[in-house]
Amino acid sequence: IGNIFDIYCSIIHVKQGVVCILVFLQWATLRIERGAKEKNHLLYKPYSNAIIAKEPTSLEEEIKEIRRSGSNKDLDSATEFELSDIFYFARRGVESIMDDEVTKRFTAEELKSWNLLTRSNYNFHYISLRLTVLWGLGLLIRYGFLLPLRVTLAFTGVGLLVFLTSVVGLLPNGRMKNFLSEKVHLMCYRICVRALTAIITYHDSENKPKNGGICVANHTSPIDVIILASDGCYAMVGQIHGGLMGVIQRSMVKACPHIWFERSEVKDRHLVAKRLSDHVEDKSKLPILIFPEGTCINNTSVMMFKKGSFEIGATVYPVAIKYDPRFGDAFWNSSKFGMVNYLLRMMSSWAIVCSVWYLPPMSREEGEDAVQFANRVKAAIARQGGLVDLLWDGGLKRAKVKDTFKEEQQKLYSKMLVDLYQHMATVGAALETCS
Amino acid sequence: MGSRASRLLREEEIEEIKKETGFSHSQITRLYSRFTSLDKGENGTLSREDFQRIPELAINPLGDRIINAFFPEGYFVLVIFREDQVNFRGFMRTLAHFRPIEDNEKNKNPATEPLNSRTNKLLFAFRLYDLDRDDKISRDELLQVLRMMVGVNISDEQLGSIADRTIQEADTNGDSCISFNEFIKVLEKVDVEQKMSIRFLH
Repeated sequence: IGNIFDIYCSIIHVKQGVVCILVFLQWATLRIERGAKEKNHLLYKPYSNAIIAKEPTSLEEEIKEIRRSGSNKDLDSATEFELSDIFYFARRGVESIMDDEVTKRFTAEELKSWNLLTRSNYNFHYISLRLTVLWGLGLLIRYGFLLPLRVTLAFTGVGLLVFLTSVVGLLPNGRMKNFLSEKVHLMCYRICVRALTAIITYHDSENKPKNGGICVANHTSPIDVIILASDGCYAMVGQIHGGLMGVIQRSMVKACPHIWFERSEVKDRHLVAKRLSDHVEDKSKLPILIFPEGTCINNTSVMMFKKGSFEIGATVYPVAIKYDPRFGDAFWNSSKFGMVNYLLRMMSSWAIVCSVWYLPPMSREEGEDAVQFANRVKAAIARQGGLVDLLWDGGLKRAKVKDTFKEEQQKLYSKMLVDLYQHMATVGAALETCS
Repeated sequence: MGSRASRLLREEEIEEIKKETGFSHSQITRLYSRFTSLDKGENGTLSREDFQRIPELAINPLGDRIINAFFPEGYFVLVIFREDQVNFRGFMRTLAHFRPIEDNEKNKNPATEPLNSRTNKLLFAFRLYDLDRDDKISRDELLQVLRMMVGVNISDEQLGSIADRTIQEADTNGDSCISFNEFIKVLEKVDVEQKMSIRFLH
């Protein structure tokens, strides 16, 4: 254990060195860019969050406005349908083609200024010799020095986790086992954190999740687990995998009760709910860690929370995780990169810098159903992390959107037509009785 | 490595698009980023599936018709191209219809109308109705569009009477169809310039 602490200390110094280099390189890049801007070179287009202006008006408001502008009749003699109604749908449609709220959440965030990683180089082509030299230098440091160091640490961390949890698993259940299990888990996760050079700032640690509760967080990458688990002990929930992942899962569960499901069991929602509620009722067991979005989102927004974890009735401890993309984008685009590729990219970035906020615990209130509760928790996390709160389902990454949403739009429009039709009918009837 | 655009846009191309559509340099590069992010196959063109992947477009009742507007029409073209694909030029040409009209463009030579003129905006809307491109909106075509917009919430009879009334009001030459000129006449007072324009943030 002493050796490991020695390794820690030396690595901390390395980490500080790395941070200094980063800051220097960032400053240098900004200087060069500013210089180029002054000379009016079109280096790249500055990125702002939206391309077009979208008016937040409702269907009814807008269509009525279109009609009002075109009508020389007053609204009493308005018709239920006008040819110009189509303008609303056409414009909304083309707006969503130019810029929509959903598809951009499934690719890495674009950066305002380059961080010398080619992977985030969207619009930056060859700019200047100086910048390219800096980039080359950065490449050398990252791949020649940082990557091998980190890979070694990663193997050490994972190896120790598997070995030590198996050893602890041999002990009889009791306080000693729990204590050792906690220590082992924390130590190994902290080694993994070093392996990624993750610089994490924890806020409000007094709100840390307690036994019998459920911890929910927004999901950006598998690294979220390592970040949270290196600061506290959780019971993980997930599907049992094969391969190395499966080995790790099976040894972890020997030391303390995690909740692993077979693939077939995952579909059975009642079974899942039962196991989760059994777990939270046992106050000696650790808090459960769940990511209700169900998939990785690119850390600019929080998408729909699946209501399953919010139906159980346990106290929910929300956690907001926000990564700083300037040092390395942590988002895992699972349709583009496999796990190994992703981890290598993580380990060859400058660093993973993030902030974790432990929010005060929340419980379901009277008269609130699971969906409303989930949305309330989601809003709190989005607010704290500075993320956009979206109602869209993260599952849209792979699946098509449900027809019910289109039907809602159709219903809204029909309602408008029907109301106007009734209005016409009553006006017509009134006019008749008058004459 | 990295998710770079499969091909960077050349300066000459940007100039050509600028001349044809009137978009500014920065707007063209931003929309090119958007185009490449929609292009999942990374082959420089968009298919209908690429558009349908946009959830907000998929839930738009007229989503499919709007997607149609991007694809080159006509029997002749479909024979040559085996698949429906639109390249960046075509993409921009269609989007250009929604560019706001600037004052200095209003008095241009009417023979070479810009893509975002009032007439062309109305033509875009007209084509959403006129599926078979015969330059007339028939009763059936109008009913089809109405049905797309209202879903299952209104009866056939009621929808039929709405269609009849609309055609009656617009049809001036008595052929029970709405031609493009009749369409323009009916909408002559509507603020097309504003309602069919999308404002860019820079």
